[in-house]
Formats: sequence, structure tokens, C-alpha cells
Amino acid sequence: MIKAFFARLRQGYRTMPYPAAPVKLPPRYLGRPLLKGRASLAVAAAACPYGAIAAGDAPSLDLGRCVFCGACAKAAPGAVEFTRDHRLCASARRALSLTGGEMERAEPLTRELRRLFGRSLRLRQVSAGGCNACEADCNVLGTLAWDMGRFGIQFVASPRHADGVLVTGPVTRNMELALRKTYDAVPGPKIVIACGACAIAGGPYAGHEECVGIPKDIPVDLYVPGCPPHPLTILDGLLRLLGRID
Amino acid sequence: MRTDYPSRFDAAAADLDAALFFDTAASRLSAGGRALAYFAVPEDGAHRLLLAIGFDREGAVEVYSTRVAGPSFRALTPSFPELHLFEREIWEQSGLRPEGHPWLKPIRFNTPGAVPGVADYFTVHGSQVHEVAVGPVHAGVIEPGHFRFQCHGEKVFHLEIMLGYQHRGAERALAAGPDARSLRYAETLAGDTSIGHAWAYCAAVEALCGVNVPPRAQVLRGLMLELERLANHTGDLGALAGDVAYLPTASFCGRLRGDFLNMTALVCGNRFGRNMLKPGGVEFDLDYALIKELKLRLEAAFRDVAGAAGLLWETSSVTDRFEGTGVVTRQAAEGLGLVGPAARASGVGLDTRRNYPYGPYEGFTMSVSGSGDVYSRAYVRWLEIQKSAELAAGWLDALPEGPLAAECGPLAPGCGAVSLVEGWRGQICHFALTGPDGRFRSYKVVDPSFHNWQGLAMALRGGEISDFPLCNKSFNLSYCGRDL
Repeated sequence: MIKAFFARLRQGYRTMPYPAAPVKLPPRYLGRPLLKGRASLAVAAAACPYGAIAAGDAPSLDLGRCVFCGACAKAAPGAVEFTRDHRLCASARRALSLTGGEMERAEPLTRELRRLFGRSLRLRQVSAGGCNACEADCNVLGTLAWDMGRFGIQFVASPRHADGVLVTGPVTRNMELALRKTYDAVPGPKIVIACGACAIAGGPYAGHEECVGIPKDIPVDLYVPGCPPHPLTILDGLLRLLGRID
Repeated sequence: MRTDYPSRFDAAAADLDAALFFDTAASRLSAGGRALAYFAVPEDGAHRLLLAIGFDREGAVEVYSTRVAGPSFRALTPSFPELHLFEREIWEQSGLRPEGHPWLKPIRFNTPGAVPGVADYFTVHGSQVHEVAVGPVHAGVIEPGHFRFQCHGEKVFHLEIMLGYQHRGAERALAAGPDARSLRYAETLAGDTSIGHAWAYCAAVEALCGVNVPPRAQVLRGLMLELERLANHTGDLGALAGDVAYLPTASFCGRLRGDFLNMTALVCGNRFGRNMLKPGGVEFDLDYALIKELKLRLEAAFRDVAGAAGLLWETSSVTDRFEGTGVVTRQAAEGLGLVGPAARASGVGLDTRRNYPYGPYEGFTMSVSGSGDVYSRAYVRWLEIQKSAELAAGWLDALPEGPLAAECGPLAPGCGAVSLVEGWRGQICHFALTGPDGRFRSYKVVDPSFHNWQGLAMALRGGEISDFPLCNKSFNLSYCGRDL
């Protein structure tokens, strides 16, 4: 017992001060991409293996399809540049289409929902395909370094105890029914979060016949881009949803 | 025929007459061989079976193949249980029936009309015997799978594991390459093993191109692979502590796992090592300042892991739960062809870094523990954490000079290559075959979990159902790596 006590002293207090102080991201981190110029955008579009970039008259970059491989910026550094901005979440699918202007960030839930979830949000995570990296970064939020519980957010075991589902993965055919049953088991009102490129648009598996995506009749309230999203991106989205940061 | 890793071989030279193929396979598997990969490839309206056998003592790989004309072939599973899942996979993917397979049922439920989880389960009957079904959605942030326990009270007679929910067509898509998406497929075969699988993919491509990777790139790959191992082993020790309600180590290790992931991100920008590797070498270099920063962080994180892990072995409430729980005997581990820490914890002397040395691993000494229980699987991880930290620190001190990558040309047509990498879960095997056009004709991925899931089922036999979370965590297998 005394050894555990000394170990605790040596390990120190490790919960990060975020959001009071910013989190330091590594210099090589690829955050929100920026459309810089139209000149070589066609080259960048051709270099993207996931068709996330549209050149032409209405140039755009779809954050939902982007897996942050950096191929576009490598092929055409004059057209696309990756910033270190981790704030990528959006409330509407169309807001993920970046056109070069300001990004429309995630909106807070309605006043009524915030009254219910604002200080206690319980989520049931459903892993439906994917590679387990999004799950790993969701788990990280529960560790003492991030301590998501201090914002009243927690992952729970039963959908009956949850206020919403957080979906990761491209939703395989084999998980479609299980996802629907889990969603149905969550009492209303409920929210849905699509976490990671897979859940938003298929990610690396876009176009696969084995994957069906989140069914159209399950409305998504928050999109979290990334492959996988940095824990900071997920937390940023959740806190915006609850109106805790702006 | 025989190929020394990582050279490529002429695919046609591996061909044997059908009867000779099965006899040779049986004799080589009884002569110290272990199945690395066994699969079927369509060929002019029929199928070709390919089998790669590894000889751990000699560090050699042999490949045999044969053309199967009829609708079935001779099952080898009755004599070599390690092949049971391979033969079920062949049956599900190609329709070829392994005659005499004792346990033939789907593994991924990806054929028309298949319903995931719906199959004939092994059942036990009798007074007060009951069945417990769990999943696919589990109580936690983890991947989906279906588990069925045949129990009498707390005692588990048998556990059957049905997966396939994560099947997303990754292997099928890889086989259509190589193209711009191939590398990301490799990195996401099992997201927590991005470096391991990306390395195996790159090594297969490099063998097919006949390219040697420069020493600096080899060492940087090694550094990233060991950081991946450090992060996951540390996380596992924390999770094991959490499952026996020992919260100090659970909390410390949760944070420390992140510290190792952040070191990976310091090198390549991504916590899982995405975008680091490419065929021919690596994308990112280390300068003096970065090396210094990594050394400081590695030292500090290792010191804290040593403190956190040390508590486990000294706390009686932990050792009481770890010792004697979920025992897998050495005989079972060898018979089922287990790999990685799970095998080494049962006393099996197999570590790709020692048995099939590649890249920067020369004169590697592996860590083995003998008791085959949860304690042993935890302790092997701690031994490996020490080894990885030592390797990583050594490489940071003496990084070879030179280029970061070699240019990869076109793939040699009509060839094959087997690449082996010791991921943190165990041996990863990628088996690539090229067609006459120099593109992949087939691409087979064998994640360590493919071998090890049956080990978990064996660990539960005769145990208590309440030990399942602990046993499961002590293996910490990949669902997506197995379902592909």
C-alpha cells in the first residue's frame, strides 16, 4: 500500500489543463487542410486516392473523405497545405466541404437538449468495422491525462443508460443490424456522433461492397473527421456540442 | 522449394502434384514446420492452394502449391489443428471443401445468405448446464464479436468465438493493388499495429521489386515498431490491472501509453504511425533536436512504466488473480500454432526478431516465461517493454547515416514473396503473388490474432466465466485484423 502511495507521488498530477490552456500538438501533425490556390488544384485532386478534392469552378476539399495521408500537399504544395488546427468537427455533413473560407464549426445542441445533456452526457460507443484506432483514441479520453469525466461525459456499457451513440467504422454489412438495434435501444431524445473518416464516408474502405455506412434514417448530430481523429479533435467536438467552448 | 526471407521466389517452381502436395505438407509440418499461411487462389476456373511453412529453428520459409481440380481437397486439420481456421477460410472464400475437417463453419459470414453469428455452435447438454451468449456489441469501447460459453454454474466447459463483424474487404482490396490506396489498407488492417502491418506490406513489395532498404530507414522502422510495442504493452498492463480492480497501475499506464503514442506522433505526426513507412524506406527523418527530445521522453516514460508495472508483481491482490488463471499449456500453444507474447508466455521460443531476423534486429534475445497463465502473459509484456526501450535507446544513440528510402521499380511478374514481422501481438505474415502483368494476383494477410483467438478459447476451458474479461485482456487480440 505504501509503495502505491509513493508511486502516486512520483507519477504526479497528470490531467492536462485543457481547455483552460491549449494542448501542444507535434510539429508534424496534419490538421485542417487549407485550400491555397486554384493553380495546381487539379494535380492535388488527382493525387488524392479518396476523391476528397474537387478542382474546377467550385473547388472544395471534403474533410469527411480525407484520411490525412498528405498525398495532395505533397503532389501540389501550392494548392493544399495542412495547418495544425485540430478543430475539425461539424454539425452538418455539408460543412465538411472546405472551400477556402472560414470553416463552419460544430454548433451547440438545442437549449432543450443542453438542459438534458449539458452536465451529464453518457455515450454508447458502437464499433462497426474500421481498424480500432478510433476506438483507441476514444478510450484515451477516459484516461487520467484527458479525464473526460470532468466535463460530465462518459462512455457507458448499456445503450439503456446512454444519451446517444458514437459510431466508428464504415458500418459493415455484418454490423448493420447490431448498430440499428443498439441505436433503437437508446431512449430518446438521443444524439448520434460519427467518429472518424470511416463512419462519415467510408474512410479507407470507401466504395467497398462489404460496407453500408450509417443508415440514412439514423440522423447524425456531430461529424468528427480524421483517420483516426486526434483525441483533442473528438473532445473539441463533444465540448462544442454541449456549448462548453466556442 | 525454399526461400530465405526476404527474397522473392518464382511462383511456378512451388507447384507440386496434388497427392505429393498433401504428403509433403504433412511431413514438413511434422518435421518442425509451422503454418504461416494457407489459402486458395482462383486459377482458370479451378483453384490453386498455397501453403507457406516456417521453420522456426532454422529461420527458413518453404512454399508449396498445387492445383485443385475437384470441389474438395484433403483436410489436414485432424493431424494439424493449427490449420483449422485456414481450412475454414479456404472453404468460405473459394467453396473448396476440406474433406474430413471436424469443425467446418463460416469464419467471416461474407457469402451470400450468411447471417453473422448464425452457425452450428458446439453445445453441452445436461442438468443445470446453461449457455451464456455475449455480443456482438460488448460492454466497453471495443470491437464487436460474439462469444458463447457452455457453463455449469461459474465453470466454463467450452467457449466458442464467432467473429466476422469487422469484415470490410480490406484483404480483397489489397489484392487489387498495388495502387495509391494500398499502403493505407495495410496501415488499417489492425489500426493499433499500423507500423507492423505497413512494414510487412512494404517488405513484401520490396522483395518483389528486388530493392534493399537503406540502413537508416531500417533502423527508423525498428524504432517505430518498438514504440508501437511499448505503447500497446504498457496499455495492456494497465488494462490488466484495471480488470482486477488495481487502479494505481491502471491509471498510470493509461497515461503512459499515450506518452509513447505521442512520441510516435513526434516522428511522423500521427499517434499510430500512419504515413511513416513507404515501400523502399520511410517518409520522415530525425534531426539532432528530435533525437534528443525522443531520448528524454523515452527515459522518463520508461522510468514511470517501471514504477507502475513494478507494483503489479508486489501486490498480493493482483498476483492472486493473475496466477493460475487462464492457463494455456505449451503443448496446446504449439499445437494451435500460437504466436507472439501469448506463445512466449506458454514457453514457446518464437519471436520473429530472433527466429527470422530482419532489418535492424541482429543478435536479438527474446523473452520467454513458462507458466502459461495471465501472470505469465503480463510478465512477458514487462520483459518485452524493457527490451524494446533498450533497443530504441540504442538506436537513437547510433542512427546509421544515409538515405531514407530506395526507389522501388515495377514488381517482378509471376513471383511470390513472404514477409514476416514481429508485431506487438506476434508474428505478422503477408504473402503476395504477382500475375504476368506485374500486379498482385493475390495478397494474403495473416494477423497474429488469426492464430491466437483459439488460444483464448482454450484459456477459458475449466475456468470461471468471471475470469473471461481478464483472460481476454491478457491476449488482447484484434477483431479487425482477423476479419480483414
